[in-house]
This record gives sequence, structure tokens and C-alpha cells, in this order.
Amino acid sequence: MKLTLKIWRQENAKAKGAMKTYQIDGIEGDMSFLEMLDVLNEDLINKGEVPVEFDHDCREGICGSCSLQINGEPHGPDRLVTTCQLHMRKFNDGDTITIEPFRATAFPVITDLIVDRTAFDRIQQAGGYISVNTSGNTIDANSIPVNKHDADDAFSAATCIGCGACVAACKNASAMLFTSAKVSQYALLPQGQVEAVERVENMVRQMDLEGFGNCTNTGACEIECPKGISLENIARMNREYLSATTKG
Amino acid sequence: MGIISSSIARKVAMALSGLFLVLFLGQHFTINLTSTFSPETFNEFSHFMGTNFLVQAILQPVLIFGVVFHFVMGFILEARNRSARKVSYVSYKGNANSSWVSRNMIYTGIVVLAFLGLHFYDFWFPEIAYKYIEANPSDATRYYGELVEKFHSPVRTGLYVLSFVFLALHLYHGFASSFQSVGFNNKYARGLKKFAKVYAIAIPAGFIFIALFHHFNH
Repeated sequence: MKLTLKIWRQENAKAKGAMKTYQIDGIEGDMSFLEMLDVLNEDLINKGEVPVEFDHDCREGICGSCSLQINGEPHGPDRLVTTCQLHMRKFNDGDTITIEPFRATAFPVITDLIVDRTAFDRIQQAGGYISVNTSGNTIDANSIPVNKHDADDAFSAATCIGCGACVAACKNASAMLFTSAKVSQYALLPQGQVEAVERVENMVRQMDLEGFGNCTNTGACEIECPKGISLENIARMNREYLSATTKG
Repeated sequence: MGIISSSIARKVAMALSGLFLVLFLGQHFTINLTSTFSPETFNEFSHFMGTNFLVQAILQPVLIFGVVFHFVMGFILEARNRSARKVSYVSYKGNANSSWVSRNMIYTGIVVLAFLGLHFYDFWFPEIAYKYIEANPSDATRYYGELVEKFHSPVRTGLYVLSFVFLALHLYHGFASSFQSVGFNNKYARGLKKFAKVYAIAIPAGFIFIALFHHFNH
């Protein structure tokens, strides 16, 4: 497969970036998108050029490290997969592929295709946890009965890998799907009730402080999320927030 | 707007003000529809709305506040959303994951706002001048004639029809998504959202019918 790649190149956070065009040949349909970029980087290194920097870690679709806006969509045209799980068979010989970093003021570019997503870490640190005494007399979690439906929904919310595709897809660069997934995974379980009010208030406050946009319910985040996190989580977070505001 | 500072509070405020305006729209449509089959009924309703103390002194200011709040907050949110992505994508495939109407609420809203300017110029300002500035005597039969006279002009009728199309586009996303904003998203909400989508098309289509009816029948 022969491809034309248009890739965002930016030397560092302060440098002015620009799209640069590369030609690449010998790409197999069974390769992942990141393996295709590996081939490009080998070519660039052999030519003495600076390779394209991009985030990756597990390459199994579970760590949330890989990103990339591919042909105008986060993680590319396939659904429910991360960039590392996107196969080149989704593209055709002769295609031109545009590759950009996830764009959001809260996700500043570090270099090339790598963006700083620590805003998500700070939202998580603001309340995405439960305080459990681990001194040795902790009650077994399984001793607290949980409704199967709630357990399933909490688990689904917890599958969010925090990759940032929701922010990248949203026309407003809103982080509400991510934040709502992290709120929901506790809101649905008895263990999460103790800190429910502080959790949603603090996480939403941090989300706003980071400079993410407002949700306008376009639903783009849900469609582009590699883990299929549902918009129902955002509705739940809104309820939690309204309830917390009333109690607070 | 300062007290409504969090993103979720603003989103809920947008939804609630929008729902209030949707309710008003249904009431406005019901009264206007009577003009197509009973001028007397239309005059009676209009006279009641134009002279009742509760409507004039309480509901009307609340409605105007609702409209102003909705569009001012809409602009504030739009400014914030634009600043949340200062560097745009070279390639952005919005159609792959969201509807055109959901992404362009600000533009459909601006058209509806411009229409409101025309609509106030046509009906509200003359009405206020008639009653409160010129202090004309009360006339319970003038409303139907004033309405019909306005729709003689093909330009005005065309502008009204075009505006109602944009109103439908605005409501098609706005009405249904307001339930999500206030946290109502479950199996019951699905039926309500379907109703909202039908309402979003039916009410503006009804307004278009009324405008065309008077244009072609008089």
C-alpha cells in the first residue's frame, strides 16, 4: 500500500507547527496505524531526519496513551478502537491521510503529535477516588450487595481509559464525557456515596478551571469514544451536580 | 450571569430557559392558529393577552427576560467554547459523529434572534405604542386586521417562512437535548425526545402554514 501522509510537525511547545507531507510505501493491511508510523520513522531515521513523535504504550487498546486525530476523527475512522488497534486495511492504496494532535487549549502540544493530557489527571485527583482505610480491617467489598444493573453501568463507566478522544471530537473541546465517566463509576456504587457531594463539585470545578469547553449535547464524544462510554453518564453527572448543589 | 458560573449550571440554565420558550411557542402557535378559521376567536384571545394585567405585567416581562437570558448565555457559552480550542484542526470531520444542527446552534439561534427583531418591529413595538404611548382606546376587533395586513408583503412572508425553517433546525436539537442537560436520560426520556423532535418540526411548520395562509387568502 502506498500512502501520502500529512502530519503536524512542531519542534516544541513554543515552536510554530505546520503540516508536512510524506510519501510512504510497503504498508500492509495487517499493520496497525502505529506500526505504519514506525515504518515512516525508520525511513526518516535512515535519511537522517527527525522522527515523528507520537504517544503510545501498551498497543493493546487499554492504556489510553495513544491519541491522534486521523482524517478529522480521533483514533481514525473505525469505531470502538484506539489508534493502536486501528488497522491499515481501513485505508486504500493511494490514500492521503491527515494526522494531527488532539486539539484543545487544555491539551497543549508538547511536540509533534504528543499533547499534554495531565488536565485529566488533575480532574481525577480532584475527586475521582474513594477514601478507604487500608489499615487491615477493611470490609470486603463483596459483602456489600450491589444491584447487577448498577454494577454493570459502573463497570462500563470505569472502562474509560482517559485517552481524550471525547475532548478531541467535541466541537467545544468539552471534557464532560471523561469527567462524567469518572463520577459515574462511583456514583452508582454504595462505596461512592460518602464523598458523592464533594466528588462531583470538585471534579466539575477542576474541569472548568482547566479550560475545557461546555457540553452542547452533539453526541460526538460518545460516537468517537474507543470504549463506548455512554452519554447517559453526562446526564447522571448533571443530576449528581444538581443534587450536590442543593445539598451543599 | 456571574452566579451561574459552573459549566453544568450554565448548561441547565440554558435548557430550562429553552424549555420555557418552547412552552411559550406552543401557546403562541395555538392562538395564531385560530386566525386561520375564526377571526373572532383570534381577536378575543389577542385582546385578552394584550389587556390582561397578569399577562402584561408579569408573564410578558418574564418572557422577555427568558429570551434575553437565553441568547446572552448562548453567546457567553459560545465564546467559552471557542476559547477551549484556540488552534483549529486542519481536517475536522464533524458529520462523522454529530448532526449539522447540533453543531450549528449558534448560527440557527442568531437567525431566530434576527427574526425576533423583525417580529418585534412588526407587532410588539406598534402594539406597545398603540396601548401605552399613544394611549388609544381599547379596540377588541383590531388584531385580525393587523395580522392580515402584515402578510400582504411577499418579502415579509418569505422572511417569516425562512426564519421558521431556522427555528425548526434550532428546536430539533435544542428541545430534545434539553432533557439530557437537566439529567433526564433513561428509557422514558427516549419517548420524550421523539415527541420533542416531532414538536420541533410541527410547530414551525404550523407557523409557516399560518403565514402562507394569510398571504395567499387576502
